[in-house]
Amino acid sequence: MTDVRYDRAPGDIPSEEARAWAPSEALVYTIGLLVALILTATSFWVANTSLLWPGGVGLGLAVLAIAQMGIHLVFFLHISTGPDSTNNVLALAFGLLIVFVVVTGTIWIVADLNDNMLMPSSDAMNMQMQRRSHE
Amino acid sequence: MNIALTVDSVQQEALPSASEAGPAPKRIVVAYGFWIFLLSDIVMFAALFASYAVLVHATAGGPTGAQLFNQTTVAIETACLLVSSYTCGLMSLAVNSRNRLGTYLGALITFGLGAAFLTLEVREFADMIAHGATPQRSAFLSAFFTLVGCHGLHVTLGLIWLVVMMVQVAVMGFVANVQHRLLCFSLFWHALDIVWVGVFTVVYLMGVSL
Repeated sequence: MTDVRYDRAPGDIPSEEARAWAPSEALVYTIGLLVALILTATSFWVANTSLLWPGGVGLGLAVLAIAQMGIHLVFFLHISTGPDSTNNVLALAFGLLIVFVVVTGTIWIVADLNDNMLMPSSDAMNMQMQRRSHE
Repeated sequence: MNIALTVDSVQQEALPSASEAGPAPKRIVVAYGFWIFLLSDIVMFAALFASYAVLVHATAGGPTGAQLFNQTTVAIETACLLVSSYTCGLMSLAVNSRNRLGTYLGALITFGLGAAFLTLEVREFADMIAHGATPQRSAFLSAFFTLVGCHGLHVTLGLIWLVVMMVQVAVMGFVANVQHRLLCFSLFWHALDIVWVGVFTVVYLMGVSL
């Protein structure tokens, strides 16, 4: 009766009744290790092969890395979609939002600045000079 | 008898709200707080990744990543860290079942693989610096040493932490506090492996192939 169910701590192993049907924990870690090894090997292969279209290599590597991070989160850190893991997932989602904003924002803004700093070809310069002299 | 059983099952179905249940056990609170810290650490790494991505072509006429990086070393480093993450997971299983021998064995293998990773990384850095690729050489190298060095510093701290934890297990046994710290350590170690996935993809593989 006093059996209160709390959220699960991140990285913690599910309680006994919750994993009555689930595979043993050692098996979970082993599956995670094997999948991660396959993804890592694929990443190294993609970076070195000449079979793939060179323009797609970067995207392929990014997809493989994100997949492997997901595998690590699920199999090693035990982040799940279960109701007892909601707080952990929400914190992770907020962290990922900040990571996304920082990375894409920095790359985008600095690339834009870079273009504006380096671009002035003689034409653009002349146009600006002319506009200024008309004012 | 029957009625009592029914009442029992009903109460199990309807969970008490958080305010009725009171604060969560310390194990959950501690691990959740440490999870928040890890996420903020990952945000810091995201900033370092972003500055590296911005500066990767700013080599100032110095060596580029494709000339400096040795993929074999990186592959061995990656394997070391990945397997040490696995043995760290097995160690936390041994901790949960209060298996002293398993804990020491898991910690020993984890430490050995982490130390091997660190040795390879330090040797790689020393090799680069011996060839004139110092952090002062170009913005690209400054960003490289900051990002990869920061990860290496985390691994170093993790190794020291692991030694401290083993001393605590030896002296204090599997008391609640030690178990909480061991749970935080395994979270830390797994998170470092996730950051390394980003490092070997963005820095080494993309640096060599793009």
